[in-house]
Amino acid sequence: MILIGERINGSFKDIAQAIKERNKAPIQEWARRQTEAGADYLDVNLGAVSKSADDFRWLIQTVCEAVPTPISIDYNKLDLMKAGLEAYREFGGGRPVIINSTTAEDSKLIPLVELAMQYNAGLIGVVMDERGSPQDVDRRVELGAKIFAVASEAGLTPDRIYLDPIVMPLKFMQEQAKNVLEAIRQFAMISDPPPHISIGLSNICSKAQEKSLINRTFLVMAMAMGCDTAICNVCDQELMNAVATAELILNKEIYSDSYLKAYRKKK
Amino acid sequence: MPVTLPDVKKTWPNAINTVTLGATRDEGGTRTKKVTVGGATALPFHHFEGAMPYPPAIAMEVWDVAPQDWPDVLAEHFRDVWHDPGLWAKKCVEQYGADLICLRLAGCDPVKENRGPQEAAQAVKRVLESVGVPLIVWGTGNDDKDNEIFPAVAEAAAGENCLLGTITEDNYKTLVALCTAYKHKVITESPCDVNIAKQVNILATDMGFKPEDIVIYPTSAALGYGLEYVYSVMERARLAALRGDKMLSQPMICDIGIEVWGVKEAKASERELPEWGEQKERGPLWEATTAYVYLLAGADILVLRHPKAVASVRETITQLMGDGLR
Repeated sequence: MILIGERINGSFKDIAQAIKERNKAPIQEWARRQTEAGADYLDVNLGAVSKSADDFRWLIQTVCEAVPTPISIDYNKLDLMKAGLEAYREFGGGRPVIINSTTAEDSKLIPLVELAMQYNAGLIGVVMDERGSPQDVDRRVELGAKIFAVASEAGLTPDRIYLDPIVMPLKFMQEQAKNVLEAIRQFAMISDPPPHISIGLSNICSKAQEKSLINRTFLVMAMAMGCDTAICNVCDQELMNAVATAELILNKEIYSDSYLKAYRKKK
Repeated sequence: MPVTLPDVKKTWPNAINTVTLGATRDEGGTRTKKVTVGGATALPFHHFEGAMPYPPAIAMEVWDVAPQDWPDVLAEHFRDVWHDPGLWAKKCVEQYGADLICLRLAGCDPVKENRGPQEAAQAVKRVLESVGVPLIVWGTGNDDKDNEIFPAVAEAAAGENCLLGTITEDNYKTLVALCTAYKHKVITESPCDVNIAKQVNILATDMGFKPEDIVIYPTSAALGYGLEYVYSVMERARLAALRGDKMLSQPMICDIGIEVWGVKEAKASERELPEWGEQKERGPLWEATTAYVYLLAGADILVLRHPKAVASVRETITQLMGDGLR
């Protein structure tokens, strides 16, 4: 399972404040905590706090200085994505990188696929377009197939393509959870080997009471369908234990009595 | 119409750990030769898919006491030297080309001569002063006895970077602590069970022992006596390792001589079983054939007894390594 730590995001108050004040300490603390918890990548997202390329550059530099963990560069505008990739090339010293994210709209998809090729990056493709987010399975799969086709034709191999079926809040759009699971199952059949299938997990528990329980239950169900990547709260120990157990059940890891320890050591 | 075959070569994200045994004078030991195993980035001998930087190594078995039950076709090669483990080891290295010596402390076994820690340490010293190759020291398998003799053994070989074993799920703390203190590598044993193989490695590393200092002993069986079961365990461990399981990424050792020379196909003379052909051919052939199978399963160190088996396995390794042999 590829785990992307979600916490360095300007929509969290402490991170927003740290960006505004150019205070490295809280950001680097989250970089370390998430790395120790087993993050394979750290998502780095300015949020709404700034639109400045300088701030993005500073944020990426701050994370790269603290830990050797690769990052996923999270922004929805092309110019800042490019600035982020440039900064990462300078400060990240050739680590792997994921672009988070494109949609299926040509005006975004085509240039972001080009950027992914140019920077040797992975690319998360979110299955929405100018008509908005899909409300059913078919539309999700149609857009997923489009993203996969465009990216593949440009030369991205399946292991660099991450399809995101768009997880929606259980509390408000309960029927969508099942659609997302079915879309994941169908994404896994798009090619052999399949692309990665990535979810923004925490959307599922938005505004709900039992956040942690909903998160881990949904992630395990998604893994059973073929999801292999999640942007999530890697510091949630119960979530990580559930992932480790699901990997055993899917026969992706070999059982041992101390498998939780083994999983943590591996991470 | 021409058909283009797809490229089905497999690449793996993880490599098997490399383990180097033996330490030279510069490194605090007295070895004149070191042996490195592991490092593979593909399945055994799949040179077209990845690297196999080090060929499997052959260790020859030496005892601290003269064996009583070795059949004549085996004993005849060692009877002149087996009163002294140093001379025995020397013969294995100089005459038969052993890469390593595996000293089995059979004399310490409570059901044999029940020798004590000082005698065990003495045997270790004799081998170390007689040969320049790295040393494996294999205990009795009796937990209490091993915990009694290994402190003296580990100390006698301090700095020589030996491979000591075995530890198990139920008995690992003493030997792991000793290997840490005296800078040796350790063999982790499991009863033909990949889950327990992983568990023992986790237990050892939980004590702060480095995963890179471990060699896995997945249990061995002779051809005809459960070999295919061991094969499947080794194969599963190796596949998991190449896929990224750090708790199974260790090189593997197979203890073959002791298994083969305990079964009738190798042990029975032609007087007992005339239809099976000459024992002096049959015995070493059984040992070598067993070894071939383990090579294909991923064995990195083979512990063998008969000189003819050693020669034949060496030839096979050379052939299988092909251009990959350094």
